[in-house]
Amino acid sequence: MPHTWIPNSDPLVRDSMLRYIGRDMEDLFRDVPEAIKLRRPLRAGFGKTLSEYEVLRIVDSILSKNKIFRDPPPFIGGGVCASYTPAVVRFLALRGEVYTSYTPYQPEINQGVLQALFEYQSMVAELYGVDVVNASMYDGSTAVAEALRLAMRATRRTKILVPSTMNPFHRSVARTWIEPVGGSIEEYMVDRRGQPVVDDIASKVNDRVAGIYLENPSFLGNVIDDPGAVGEIARDRGALFIVYSEPTSLGILRPPGEYGADIVVGDGQSLGLGLNYGGPGLGILGVRMDSELLRQLPGRLVGMTVDSDGGRGYALVLQTREQHIRRERATSNITTNSSLMAIMASIYLSYMGAEGLRRLGESIFRRTSYALRSIRDRLSNYISIAIDHSLFYREIPLRFRVRDYGEIHRRLLARGIHGGLWLKDLLKGFEDCSLFCFSEVHSRRDIDTLIEALEEAIHGVEAG
Amino acid sequence: MVWRQARWDEKLAQEIKRSSLAPSIPYEDQFLDVNIEIPGSIARKSLPEIPSLPEIEVVRHYTRLSQMSYGVDVGPVPLGSCTMKYNPKVMDIVAMDPRVVEAHPLQDEDTVQGILEIIYTVERWLSEITGMDKCVFQPPAGSAGELAGALMIRKYHLDRGEQRDEMLIPDSAHGSNAASAAMAGFKVLRIPTDPGGEVSIEALKAAVGPRTAGIMLTNPNTLGIFESRILEISDIVHSAGGLQYYDGANLNGIIGIARPGDMGFDIVHLNLHKTFATPHGGGGPGGGVVCAKGGLVDYLPRPLIEKKGDKYYWDYRCDRCIGCIRAFYGNIVPVIRTFVYIATLGPQGLREIGEISVLNTNYFIKRLLEKQYYELPHSPEKPRKHEVVISASKIARETGVTAEDIAKALLDEGLHAPTMYFPLIVGEALMVEFTESETRENIDLYADTLNKIAERAYRNPEDVKKTPRNTSVSRLDLVRANHPRTLIPSYRAYGRNQGGFGDSSPLK
Repeated sequence: MPHTWIPNSDPLVRDSMLRYIGRDMEDLFRDVPEAIKLRRPLRAGFGKTLSEYEVLRIVDSILSKNKIFRDPPPFIGGGVCASYTPAVVRFLALRGEVYTSYTPYQPEINQGVLQALFEYQSMVAELYGVDVVNASMYDGSTAVAEALRLAMRATRRTKILVPSTMNPFHRSVARTWIEPVGGSIEEYMVDRRGQPVVDDIASKVNDRVAGIYLENPSFLGNVIDDPGAVGEIARDRGALFIVYSEPTSLGILRPPGEYGADIVVGDGQSLGLGLNYGGPGLGILGVRMDSELLRQLPGRLVGMTVDSDGGRGYALVLQTREQHIRRERATSNITTNSSLMAIMASIYLSYMGAEGLRRLGESIFRRTSYALRSIRDRLSNYISIAIDHSLFYREIPLRFRVRDYGEIHRRLLARGIHGGLWLKDLLKGFEDCSLFCFSEVHSRRDIDTLIEALEEAIHGVEAG
Repeated sequence: MVWRQARWDEKLAQEIKRSSLAPSIPYEDQFLDVNIEIPGSIARKSLPEIPSLPEIEVVRHYTRLSQMSYGVDVGPVPLGSCTMKYNPKVMDIVAMDPRVVEAHPLQDEDTVQGILEIIYTVERWLSEITGMDKCVFQPPAGSAGELAGALMIRKYHLDRGEQRDEMLIPDSAHGSNAASAAMAGFKVLRIPTDPGGEVSIEALKAAVGPRTAGIMLTNPNTLGIFESRILEISDIVHSAGGLQYYDGANLNGIIGIARPGDMGFDIVHLNLHKTFATPHGGGGPGGGVVCAKGGLVDYLPRPLIEKKGDKYYWDYRCDRCIGCIRAFYGNIVPVIRTFVYIATLGPQGLREIGEISVLNTNYFIKRLLEKQYYELPHSPEKPRKHEVVISASKIARETGVTAEDIAKALLDEGLHAPTMYFPLIVGEALMVEFTESETRENIDLYADTLNKIAERAYRNPEDVKKTPRNTSVSRLDLVRANHPRTLIPSYRAYGRNQGGFGDSSPLK
């Protein structure tokens, strides 16, 4: 059936093209065995062609079954949180020259895409304090998986030490990716203050350990007081130090590259990308300048060079690491990545600037602190902070002393408030905890509203 | 008409004059009275070198960069195996819907029933389109789908107590197939292509054995040729105890006409950013799908989308599954876009994609080969499907002008080049895929331009080798870009030693 998206479906055009090649349509598919030819229309779509308006009506009617949390925005954390996408990011991302382009295999005609990716690599490298950040991974979880694989290749070792409080979503993805090639994960202890137990790490490091993995801030939101101490153990024992950080925290916190990280990882979702029900996202992966780490780096990398007139230009570099050239000996299978999200992140970063990032980080620290203080002041009989630390960034694990959190959560929802992430099936030792997130989208009144609603829900549950 | 791309002398954002302004942070003032103490040992000492640009400069900078970029919205991008079709604008509207963009992946299922209904519906449609039983969107792109598939094959054999560590991959396959198989722990056995451009059945028979885990195949293959003996291939692999994996990168040429599930494939991956028109974004994000049939559904990554009564939900039960390939559910925005695409076209429109993309390929071949500069290796009489691989070997031999030179000369005419030097089994390969989106006029123009460039190659080869001149930059020095001494992967590295790392490079 002719359609405006398929120009040559116009019967006049189609017929004249068929005449020109001297075949009919059936003849073009004569090499497809009769036994497998589909002799009926696909049962897909709504049985016929629909107009744009009709489709939008259908989508609107289905999506109206979603509940949107605006007042207040959702408080659920778990590695990704509600955040704000500035208008410049949203609209510039729609420039068709960029978003309908392919991977810039022909660099001369796609300098804009390449320069934007180079700027992304450069700004994120600054943020994490390393020299090299690749042009994007899919999301935080796959960036972690690739970072661990990178450490295994670079050291020719197989074991990774991770904190017992590691992001459970990332851990599960990492296991899927590393176990088939002989990798394994071993936990090290985290104390009640959320700090890695250095003695425990030291006792577990041996010559099979490829990397020591640290989250700072941790999955539970607390900052790490002495991350460098973990890095020192790694360096002493020939393992690589891999640090996962929330990028917006690095406007305030010391960059991992400065305290010895060999490999840095993150999720760029908070850099103006939206939640997108989990995807697309942006995986950040970088390394310090080291020939072996660079050779083993997965993914696309853009470099600066010159053109034949001596002018500055950009191109994909070190492609001999990649699957289209190296095939089964490639560092990774990654092909399509998250370039547009990386470009959006670079627009976000250049819009915010260093000063804006500092203030954003500080403001998130302040409101997390405000929420912490309010809970301690008003709900300490019912809720404790599951980690005994004073400095949290964005996320706080709340331990509920009343029955199960599920009932509290339902009561919050009934008031139009989306509460935290129940860690019941997610993190050992934190079954009675819920992870709440406070970001730039939450006003003081939003947090107050949450505290009141929590109080009311707890009393309701207590009353039975 | 001479085409000229914008040529802004655009500085890096880091080099544009700084401003001390920063955008207002929401509700910043409401929390200024909250004291936070960040110990000096963990505090950042100096601000990162990230520019603070006034908003208008941000807009101009990225608008100018976009003017130095080239996508399907600008002109044809007939990159073979990339399926660069038109990305309908209506799909952007739903992609920006706040009910999608603002949905947290861990929100209660009751609050995202709309999204779940769309995911469920698209899952049903794609299962039907592929002839499979169940699909999962967790792979964020095609190659992650391949990894999922390879891991499923691995686990399937392990569960049966069989040591099968060899994956068969045709020499015409996408490089990612081999890379994915290796990531899943397999040894890759290369199966040669026969003179007719199809998998060599004799070589396949010789290769299969008790260690065969499976075969990873695209059909139509990367030469654009349909593997006409696919049922025989399927028999050979299955009889040997192996499984059959379908790389869906090339589905566009047979959608609505034949289904991988009916060809004997056990596992399929699709690329929503190819067949289902979601944009490539300069390299991503894409949307991967992995589908399975029969008992292999048990091995799909979790969670699966399910429906009970009126309620949609995620089923996390995993007895045999390979685990998670990515956090949460995959790239969901492309799934929502796909809903719009399939709903708009309907069954007839979907078949039209297959038919017209194949018509466009064969029309192009005839137009191009009217002049005798290029060759069509491997059974020129066979109709091609979604794409065609032509060879510029004769031109290269006789004039010294290579496939790459021809590609650069195309850029000068305002046309994006085809995929070059792939598949590796064709010399001076140019792999062309117009998709169903291209007009006949543009296909004519493309074929004529290729022939004119060939004529120029014979007349004045040096002239062709100097292209491109009309793009934002002329031909780039890739040796310098890649050489350890001159490699510049970031502004930080550039700033330290302008012009590269010099002798102090750790990469020597």
